[in-house]
Amino acid sequence: MELDKIAKKNLKMGRANQEVFAETIENLAAADPSIIAVTSDSRGSGKLVPFGQKYPNQIVEVGIAEQNLVGVAAGLASAGKKPFAVSPACFLTARALEQIKNDVAYSDNPVKLVGISAGVSYGALGTTHHSLHDFAVLRAINNITIVVPADNFETEQAVRLAANLKQPIYLRFGKKSVPFLSEENQTFEFGKGRVIREGADLTIIANGETVQHAWQAAEVLEQQHGITTKVISMHTIKPLDTELLDDLAKAAKPIITVEEHMVNGGLGEACASYLFQQGARNPFHIMGVPDEYTVTGSQNDIFKHYGISCDGIVAKATLVLKN
Amino acid sequence: MSDKELEKKSVFLRKNILKYIYKAKAGHTGGSLSCVDILNVLYNKVLNVDTENFRIPDRDRYIQSKGHCVEALFVTLADRGFFPESDLETLCQYQSHYIGHPTKKVNGVEQNTGALGHGLPICVGEAIAAKLDKKQHRVFTLLGDGELPEGSNWEAFLSASHYKLDNLYAILDNNKQQITGSNQEVMNTDSLRDKLEAFGWSVKEVDGHNLNALVSALNNGPFQTGKPNFIIAHTVKGKGVSYMEGVLKWHHGVPSTEQYELALSELDAAEALIS
Repeated sequence: MELDKIAKKNLKMGRANQEVFAETIENLAAADPSIIAVTSDSRGSGKLVPFGQKYPNQIVEVGIAEQNLVGVAAGLASAGKKPFAVSPACFLTARALEQIKNDVAYSDNPVKLVGISAGVSYGALGTTHHSLHDFAVLRAINNITIVVPADNFETEQAVRLAANLKQPIYLRFGKKSVPFLSEENQTFEFGKGRVIREGADLTIIANGETVQHAWQAAEVLEQQHGITTKVISMHTIKPLDTELLDDLAKAAKPIITVEEHMVNGGLGEACASYLFQQGARNPFHIMGVPDEYTVTGSQNDIFKHYGISCDGIVAKATLVLKN
Repeated sequence: MSDKELEKKSVFLRKNILKYIYKAKAGHTGGSLSCVDILNVLYNKVLNVDTENFRIPDRDRYIQSKGHCVEALFVTLADRGFFPESDLETLCQYQSHYIGHPTKKVNGVEQNTGALGHGLPICVGEAIAAKLDKKQHRVFTLLGDGELPEGSNWEAFLSASHYKLDNLYAILDNNKQQITGSNQEVMNTDSLRDKLEAFGWSVKEVDGHNLNALVSALNNGPFQTGKPNFIIAHTVKGKGVSYMEGVLKWHHGVPSTEQYELALSELDAAEALIS
């Protein structure tokens, strides 16, 4: 049986996180008229058409104009609204980066920036539509929480908490259906990694749509190699869960990080920076998209190409444990 | 405040702009002098703002998009009682909140600005929020003519008319110069009135140094129901100091002691003429 199939049979499938985002703000908007969806011709891909129909006074459309999207959202937030500014992550975090830096983060206007169809969700559309830079650029900006939920549970929790957050936040969602990752661990808090699988030989830290592959890899490692793997959904990149990292440092077992992002400046480098400044000696490997012209294809094709997939992670883990 | 008092206030504010730029040895002199009459009118005749409880939700909003002319804003806010004028002794010094652009750490400042093309989109958000909540307060921004080529302004021009934001007032400090040269040489924005009207705005042109004309334009809106308001204020860069007027080097030139004293004597003479 293929590795993916061995693993997948144990996970219950959910929906796309961006669909759950849209449904959650629709539910919240019923009781809270200050919730506003701000869209840039993005209500279709953001699954916000029903929201717009149900709450026409709680949606502000700016057209394809991302700078204005973020500036207008900053003004709405400053006036006491709770704006969710929704746009494909590739445009939101590049075209409107100066507005994010100045009008949202520096001005401390509590906009909820929502990057949809993130990472390589639009894999075949090419680099213009990939967001593989967003963790890096946003990590370098003060006063913004960065959250990348892995499954529908984390997404709903993150959106609910974000609605009432008094500081700026960036939420990143993909467009593909994702499985529920843990029925045991139903806790969610910004800045606290969620352990979705326990294990003693190795730790995989992942976020967003890569966590399911980490979980599958852990399943295969256990079934085929007798290796037990702790898998962490590090949904919050900033602030990072340093307590959890301290525990990993003490255990001194190998760590592999996996992310749908360039290897530069993302989750892996954030963890490495903390751990090694604390004197940690864990063998440490960052898996992500390398610094090259990104290959195109479906999200799955791209994940497989760069090893951000069940078999790629299994191969990396067995190699790491052999050395 | 009487007309004469308002006129005297403009002279006083000009002196203070020069005083603190001279002390800090930094600042945007020419643009601050071109826009200070607009600020004087806004803060003394137009805006409903409370110095003690600045953040009350129903206040009028003023967001200075041309943030680099912060000296004009700071001296006006100090004079209006938002903070002691002596705070400005720290202008541009280590760890001072009185930096070279507006920041919300200073009482009376609505938003952090400085990068150009940011004020208007934020104002559009503020004006939409006011409409949604059926509030009566107004939203004002001051744009520099040099920042008009920023694309974000044109995105915001579209959305302001799309949402019929007649509670929004954009004032252009049209001093016709920017750091490299005249607007026309650097990037031509001629026929601006036509451009803005084509974007759905209602436009008025005023002499930006005629205080009564400014009061009348800013207090008698909306110019047309359902349209955002644009005021092209024709101004002179360096206004009030003869050797600075229209001279490009005073964009961010700092006067020497001699030049500073000469400027003050000119302003004293101008004040004496206001009887």
